Amino acid sequence: MLRLLWLVPALPFASSLVLALVRLPRRAVAWIATSSIAASTIISLLVAGSFLSTPPAAFAYTEALWRWFDAGSLHPEIALYLDPLSLIMMVVVAFVSFLIHLYSTEFMSGDDGYNRFFAYMNLFVASMLTLVLADNLLLLYLGWEGVGLCSYLLIGFWYRDSDNGRAGRKAFIVTRVGDTALMIGLFLLFHRLGTLNIQELMRRASEQWPIGSSAALAAALLLLGGAIGKSAQLPLQTWLPDAMAGPTPVSALIHAATMVTAGVYLIARTHVLYALAPQAQFAVAVIGAATLLMAGFSALTQHDLKRVLAYSTISQIGYMFLALGVGAWPAAIFHFMTHAFFKALLFLGAGIVIKSLNDEHDIFRMGGLRKHLPVAFWTFLIAGCSLAGLPLITAGAFSKDWILWGAYGAANGSTGLWVAALTGVLLTSLYTFRMIFLVFFGEQHSQVTYRPGNAMLIPCLVLAFLSIVGGYMKAPFASFLGTSLPWNSKVGAIPIGETASGGIAAAVFFLGVYLAYVLFLRKPNLTMAVASSRAGRVLHSLWSSDWAMDWLYDRLFVRPLVWLANSGKSDLIDGFYSGVAWLNKTAWRGASRTQSGRLRWYAAGIAAGSIVLIAVVLFL
Amino acid sequence: MTAIPMADGLILGAILFSLGLAGLLLRRNLLFILVSIEIMLNGAGVAFVAAGSRWGQPDGEVLFLFILAAAAAEVSVGLALLLRYFHRRQTLDAESMSETRG
Amino acid sequence: MTLVWLLIVLIAGGILSGLFARWHLGLSRWIALAAVTFDLILTLILAARDFGTAHPVGNQWLEEVNWSWIPQSGIHFHLGIDGLSLLLVLLTLFLGIVAVVISWTEITTAVGIYHFNLMLILAGILGVLLALDLFLFYFSWELMLVPMYFLISIWGRERRAYAAIKFFLFTQLSGLLMLIAILALYFAHHRATGVYTFEYQELLGAQLSPHAAMWIMLGFFAAFAVKLPMFPFHTWLPDVCAEASTATNLVLASLMAATAAYAMIRFLLPLFPDAIRTAGPAVTVLAVIGILYSAILAFSQTNLMRLIAYASIGHLGFVLLGIFSGNSLALRGAVVTVIAHGISIGALFLVAGALEGRTHTREIGAMGGLWDTVPRLSGVGLFFALAALGLPGMGDFIGEFLILIGTYQVHFVTAAVAACGVLAATFYALRFVQYVFQGSNSHLWHLPDLSPREGLLLGAMMVLLLWLGLYPQPVFQTLAQAANHVPTLWR
Repeated sequence: MLRLLWLVPALPFASSLVLALVRLPRRAVAWIATSSIAASTIISLLVAGSFLSTPPAAFAYTEALWRWFDAGSLHPEIALYLDPLSLIMMVVVAFVSFLIHLYSTEFMSGDDGYNRFFAYMNLFVASMLTLVLADNLLLLYLGWEGVGLCSYLLIGFWYRDSDNGRAGRKAFIVTRVGDTALMIGLFLLFHRLGTLNIQELMRRASEQWPIGSSAALAAALLLLGGAIGKSAQLPLQTWLPDAMAGPTPVSALIHAATMVTAGVYLIARTHVLYALAPQAQFAVAVIGAATLLMAGFSALTQHDLKRVLAYSTISQIGYMFLALGVGAWPAAIFHFMTHAFFKALLFLGAGIVIKSLNDEHDIFRMGGLRKHLPVAFWTFLIAGCSLAGLPLITAGAFSKDWILWGAYGAANGSTGLWVAALTGVLLTSLYTFRMIFLVFFGEQHSQVTYRPGNAMLIPCLVLAFLSIVGGYMKAPFASFLGTSLPWNSKVGAIPIGETASGGIAAAVFFLGVYLAYVLFLRKPNLTMAVASSRAGRVLHSLWSSDWAMDWLYDRLFVRPLVWLANSGKSDLIDGFYSGVAWLNKTAWRGASRTQSGRLRWYAAGIAAGSIVLIAVVLFL
Repeated sequence: MTAIPMADGLILGAILFSLGLAGLLLRRNLLFILVSIEIMLNGAGVAFVAAGSRWGQPDGEVLFLFILAAAAAEVSVGLALLLRYFHRRQTLDAESMSETRG
Repeated sequence: MTLVWLLIVLIAGGILSGLFARWHLGLSRWIALAAVTFDLILTLILAARDFGTAHPVGNQWLEEVNWSWIPQSGIHFHLGIDGLSLLLVLLTLFLGIVAVVISWTEITTAVGIYHFNLMLILAGILGVLLALDLFLFYFSWELMLVPMYFLISIWGRERRAYAAIKFFLFTQLSGLLMLIAILALYFAHHRATGVYTFEYQELLGAQLSPHAAMWIMLGFFAAFAVKLPMFPFHTWLPDVCAEASTATNLVLASLMAATAAYAMIRFLLPLFPDAIRTAGPAVTVLAVIGILYSAILAFSQTNLMRLIAYASIGHLGFVLLGIFSGNSLALRGAVVTVIAHGISIGALFLVAGALEGRTHTREIGAMGGLWDTVPRLSGVGLFFALAALGLPGMGDFIGEFLILIGTYQVHFVTAAVAACGVLAATFYALRFVQYVFQGSNSHLWHLPDLSPREGLLLGAMMVLLLWLGLYPQPVFQTLAQAANHVPTLWR
C-alpha cells in the first residue's frame, strides 16, 4: 500500500494539467477536479492505514521516484518521505482540500473562469502535498514555491479588478522575501553539511554542530525567515489580510487551512536544527507570541468578515509558532490539525453568508442571519467556539490548552509567554463572538438572496463534526506523533498543573464571550463611545491598519524602489556610451569644417604642412 | 665648360616652385592653376637636373623625363576635365566648385 | 564529417532559399526550414549515438574534422564536438527552427535575403560552437556579425538604423580586441616554441607571463562580455531588441549569448586559468551588480521587448557569475541556465511578438486585460514569466539554483546578494503579467487567440522547460562528456 504514495501528489497534478490544457464542460471540470482530490484522499488514507497497521522500519518510509539531477556533489532525488509528521500533514491537507473542492463546485458555479479555478486549485493541492512529503529540501522548496504561485494566482483570480492583482503580487513578493532567506539557508546547509536530504541533514547537524553553534543558529534563522514569510508572522504578515481578495474557498484552503501552516511544518520538520540553536528557537516563540497578540488586536477592529478571519488565522499560527518555540512540538501540529478543521469551516460559513447576501463583506451590514441560514449559523457557531476554545467540547480548546500548557511547561516555557497566550485567548473569544453576534444576532440589515445547496452544506457539516471530535484524538495523536516529534519537557518544578492552566483558560474564554455580548450586542453605544474617544480613535486606526506596518513598508521599501526604477529607466550606463558618441560627433563636426571644398585652401594646407614637416626635419 | 654650381640650380628650382605655388594659391582661374602646377613641376625638374650634374649621374635627366611625361599626362587629363567643367558651368572659377566639401 | 555537413547544409540552404524566393516565397521558407530541421536531425543522431558513453581514451572528441587550410600560417579547418558544444548546437538548431517558423508571417519583404542572412548567422553560430582553431573561431565569430547587422537594419522597426549601427559598433570593436588578443597569443606561442599555430589544443599549453596572460585574456573577454552582454557593456541589447524583429531578438538574446558563454567556458577558462583566478572576483561583482541593475531597469520599462531584453541581461548575469565563481556546481548551473534562458527568454520574445502581431504595438501601456480575449496566449505568457522569475520545476530554476549554491561555497556574500536578484526578478515578471494580461480590458481589444503554429512552438518550449526543470539529468550526463576538455573547471 505504501507504494501508492506517489499517487497522492501525482493525481491532483495530472488533473490540473488536464484542466489547464483541455476545454471541458463545467460538470466534467467539477467532476475531474473533485474526484482527483477524492482519490488522492482515499489513497492517503489507505497509506495511513497501512502505515499504522504495519509500521515500516524506524517509522519512516521513503519512496524514491527518480534522480532529479546529478551535478557532482549535489544529486537530489525526487523522493517522498513518510513519517508520522508528514503523514498527518498529508491526510489533513488532502481531506480538507477534498471538502473545499466539493464546496467550490457550487460556490464558483456562476463564474466564467471555472476550469481555470480548478486547474489552479488542483495544482495547489499537488504542490502542497509535494511540500509535506518532500524528502529533501530542494523538493520541499519546489512545493513551497508552487503553493506560493498558486496563492498568487488564486488571490488575483478575478483579474479584471487590478486591486486583486495587486493583492496577489503583494502576497507573492512578500512571501518570496522569506523564500529568499530560505534559499540562502539551503545554501548554508549544503555548504556546511554537504547534502540537502532532510533526514541526513538532521543527522549530520546533530553530529557535527554543538548546541549553540553559530552555523546552526544562522541556518535556523534563515529557515525561520522562510517560515515567517509563508506563515504570515511578524514582520512579514502584511500580505495575508490583503489575500482575502481571492474567492472564499481559496481563503479557506490556502490562507487558512493549509499553505500558511507550511512554515509551522518546516520548523517542525527541521526541529533538530532549532534544538541546536536555542536562541533561534526562542525567537520562534517570541515571534509567535507577539504575532498572536498583535493580530488579535487587529482582528477586533475589522469590518470585513474575511479580514477578521484573516487576522484570526495570523493569530492562530502565532499560537503554533509559540508552541514550536517552547518545544511543545506535537501541540503545534495538533493545533494545525484542529485549526485546519475549524478555520476552514469558518471561511466556508463566511462564504455562504457572503454569497447569500449578494457579496456583502461588511459585518455591520449583516446581522440576524441565524434564522435565515440555520445550518451556516450552527456550523459557524461550532467553529467559532472551537476557535475561541469552548472547553471540554470543542477541538480547538484541546489544542489550545495544550499549547497554553506548553507555554509554561515545555522546555522553553516561561510565565511571560504563558500570560501572552492567555491574553490571546481573551482576544480570540472577544473577536470571535463579536463576529458571531454581529453577523447572526441582532437586527437584520441585508436581504438573503441565495440559499446554499448540498455541495456547500455537506463540507460544513463534516468539518463541524471534526471541529468537535478532533479534540478527543489528542492522546493517540500524541503517542503517534511522539515517534518523530517528541515533546520537550521542562526540567524542574512547574508552579501550576496542566488542568489548572486549562481551567484558567476556560474562565478567560467565558469572560471574553461575556464581554463580547455586552460590548457588541447589549450596549453597542458603549463600544462606540469608547472607540470614539481620543485614545480609542488612535488605537482603532492603529489596529485596523495592522499597526501601520503596511504604511511603513510602503514608505520604507516600495516607494524608494519604484522611484529608483523609474528614475533609472533610461539606463544611466547608456549615458556614458551616448556621451562617447556625442564626443565623436562633435569632433567630426570640427574636422569636417576643414573640408571646405575649396581647392586653393587644400593646396595651401598641403604647402603649409610640407613646410612644417621640413622645418621639423631640419631644426629638430 | 665650368659647371654651374649646384646651389644656383637649386635656388632656381626653389624660385620656380615658389612662383608656381604662389600662382596656385592666388589665381582663381582653373587654367592658371594648371599652369602654376606645371611651373611647380618644372621647379622640381630643375632641382633634379642640378643634382644629376653635381654627381655626374644620368639619373637626374632620367627623372626629368619622367616628370615631363607625367606633366604631359596630367595636363591632357586636366585640360579635358577643365573643358567639360567649362561646358557645364560656363566658368573656370575654382571657388565655384566646392561641392566636394565634407 | 557530420560536422562539415552541418555547416554545408545551412549555407547551401541559405543560398537556395535566397535564390528560390524570386519565384516562390513559400518555397524559400520551406527550404530554410528543411535545412535547419535536417541539421537538427543529424545532430540528434550524433547525440543519440554517444549518449551516456564515457570518452574513449585517445579520441577525446565525439566527432572531429581536421583539415589543413593555410599551412604556412598554421591555420587549420578544425572542427570538434563534445558534450558541451553538443548541447548548445542542439539549442541553436531548435531555436533556429523556431526563428524560421515565426518569421513565416512576420517577414514579408525580401524573404529570400532574410533567410539567406538567417542561415548564415546560424552557420556562424555553429562554427563558433565547433571551431577548434582560433582563426576559424574568429572567422565564424565575425560571420555572425554582418548578416545580423542586415537583419536589424532591414527588417527592424522605426529606429532600426540607430540600433543596427549601435550593435555593429559594440560587437565589431570588441571583436577587434579579440583579434589582437588572438594574434598576441599566436606570436607569444611562437616565441616560446617556435611553432606558428592557431590550434586550440596546442595553445592550451602556451607559456605566458602573468602580465601578458592578463592582457590577452582581457582582449578575449571584451568580445565575449559585449556579446553576452555583461554589465556595463549591455546597453546595445535593449536598444536593438526594441527595434529588431522577433526572430532577430530570439537569435540575439538566446543564441548569441549562448555563443559568448560557450566561448568563455571553452576558451577563456582553460587558456588563462591564472588570469581568470585573478580577475574572477571583479567579474563576479560586476555580474551581481548586473543582475540587480537589470532587474530594476526591467521593472520600469514600457516597451515589451526592452523589458525582456533587460530580463535576459539579468539571467546572463547569473551565467557570468556561474562561469567566474570558480566552482564546478556553479559552472554546470551556468550551462543549464544558458539553455533554459535561451528557451524561456526566446519564448517570451515569441509571446511579445505574437502580441505585437495582433495589437501592432510593443508598448505595455497599450495592452492590459488581454486575458479576456486571448486566454491561451495569456496563459502561455504567464508560464514563461514564471520561468523567468525562477520558479522551481522549470529549467531556469535548476540553473540559477546551482549557480547560487556553487557560488555560496566560494563566497557567500556574493551568493546572498545574487539570491536577492531572483527576488527582484519577481517584480518585473509579475508586473509584466499584470499590465499585459490582467486588469480590465480597457482598450477593448478583440484579438484572435494562439494559432496552431504558435501553439505548437510555444508548447514545445514549455515542455522543454519543464523537462529541464524536472528531469535535467540527460543534460548533465551529456555535459559530463565535456569534462576532459575543460580540465580546470570540474574539480
